[in-house]
Amino acid sequence: MVNLEKMRVPIEEVEHIARLAKLQLTEQEKERYSVQLGQILEYMEQLSKLNLKDVPPTSHILPLKNVFREDVVKESLPQEEALRNAPQKEGGYFKVPKALG
Amino acid sequence: MKLHLLPAHSLLALLGRGEVSAEEVVSSFLHRVEEVEGDLNAFITLFSQDSLTQAREVDKLRAKGERVGRLAGVPIAIKDNICVQGKRMTCGSRMLSNFVPPYDATVVRRLKEEGAIIIGKTNMDEFAMGSSNENSFFGPVKNPFDSQRVSGGSSGGSAAAVSAGEAPMALGSDTGGSVRLPASFCGVVGLKPTYGLVSRFGLVAFASSLDQIGVLTRDVEDCALLLEVIAGYDPQDSTSIDQHLPDLVLEMKKGIKGLRVGLPEEYFSPEVDPQVKEAVLRAVNQLTLEGVEVERVNLPHTTSAIATYYIIADAEASSNLARYDGARYGYRAQGTRVLLDMYSRTRNEGFGDEVKRRIMLGTYVLSSGYYDAYYLQAQKARTLIRKDFEEAFCRCDLLVTPTSPTPAFKLGEKMDDPLLMYLSDSFTVPANLAGLPSLSIPCGMTREGLPIGMQIIGPPLGESQILGLASIYEQVASKGRDGL
Repeated sequence: MVNLEKMRVPIEEVEHIARLAKLQLTEQEKERYSVQLGQILEYMEQLSKLNLKDVPPTSHILPLKNVFREDVVKESLPQEEALRNAPQKEGGYFKVPKALG
Repeated sequence: MKLHLLPAHSLLALLGRGEVSAEEVVSSFLHRVEEVEGDLNAFITLFSQDSLTQAREVDKLRAKGERVGRLAGVPIAIKDNICVQGKRMTCGSRMLSNFVPPYDATVVRRLKEEGAIIIGKTNMDEFAMGSSNENSFFGPVKNPFDSQRVSGGSSGGSAAAVSAGEAPMALGSDTGGSVRLPASFCGVVGLKPTYGLVSRFGLVAFASSLDQIGVLTRDVEDCALLLEVIAGYDPQDSTSIDQHLPDLVLEMKKGIKGLRVGLPEEYFSPEVDPQVKEAVLRAVNQLTLEGVEVERVNLPHTTSAIATYYIIADAEASSNLARYDGARYGYRAQGTRVLLDMYSRTRNEGFGDEVKRRIMLGTYVLSSGYYDAYYLQAQKARTLIRKDFEEAFCRCDLLVTPTSPTPAFKLGEKMDDPLLMYLSDSFTVPANLAGLPSLSIPCGMTREGLPIGMQIIGPPLGESQILGLASIYEQVASKGRDGL
């Protein structure tokens, strides 16, 4: 029998991660993710068994170089178009609630 | 004649000879949609009127003897994470349920230039996160072979639509198997091209070092045709490969004598469903009779692929999905009075369970104190997985494996166990981690009547060899069926 309690991510840590990720989780979700993240992370622990000491990391499979182009003005989305999907707008701006409570 | 059962190249031949009109073709598919969509739920949005109007335009051009595009009059379905200008794009999420893109994705522009007719946007797992298409805000997609089973994900709508004859071709996206897995479950051909071969401009980002747009079709020739239309350099995608692609339809007909095919032992492990294993090995046997040489190879880090993939994909996703904050577009939570509150309530209400789980996991593995233990380890393991393939391709030209360890599973079967769901992708994620082209082709049915998929993996830009082998197999298999 696998001990699910032992694998749990502590609730305080779930809350910390949720704050970083800007997710206002319900109590039920915190409980669920505490158990599920624990199980998934436990599974991922298997990578620590690989001998990775001198292995270089792969962040990307292509030999990427910076792509440059001439700095010329091109057509862009008109303001009206760019604002078309905005939940709230005013005077050509996106409108959001105040930053400080 | 049942037009909706024909592949695009056959439809194009009929259209070219004037034996059918584009309007008849489009009507036939729309009629089929009406017939089966209630059972499947493959589409999120349909463009019935628009597509009929466009079909009539194509017919007018043809009647006047004007030059028409390579796909003129052929209906196509587009996964709902690829932008079509002026048409709602939801990504299978409440977060984007009202979003209307102001521009076309490059692939969509290319399709329109060739006269293809976009008939609708297909259902998908929310933000392409899922293996069963049960994570859509718009409900699951059902398997056309058994409505109690999943279509596979995340491009389940595209796969089911092609399989059931709602569209002859479709676009999907593949980050860890999202084109190939549903193609395998629904009995159609699905190809994930080499990373960088197809522009991602206008594809909603999930995991940027893995995402690639792919194609789903009824047969191999259509697969080559559609890939030819959408592939190629695009200055608007900085990961786009600037390299000329050979004429695929021509190249794939070159023959396969002496081609060396590797069977990676790790993909035929005891956990694989015996019927799946048997079907793939039978297919390989048939190919040896056509002059293919087969040898056993090893990809020893295959068992690390799922852990590696889910760390990297979720880390990238947590960063990519930070843009959904309710400020500029998409869903916004009502009645919030402070900005931070708006962000976090919008995100909690707008995202579904699996997307939040992945954002949480991705944030966790990138957070202070865990970066080295998880994310960096995974990037290193990715190097080993990539090297496995490099070594295998020194010994053989292509690799053949099952696409999935099992055929389509039951709806709800894995929904309470995210890890079990993730393991469905065991055989598809390695190609994404290594950026390799990979195709799934139907290779028989289980005794229960479910399709089985065979996966062909190639070296970078090995699309024409993959299609060549797939095309020969398709001919051999159809001969077998006709009893010749």
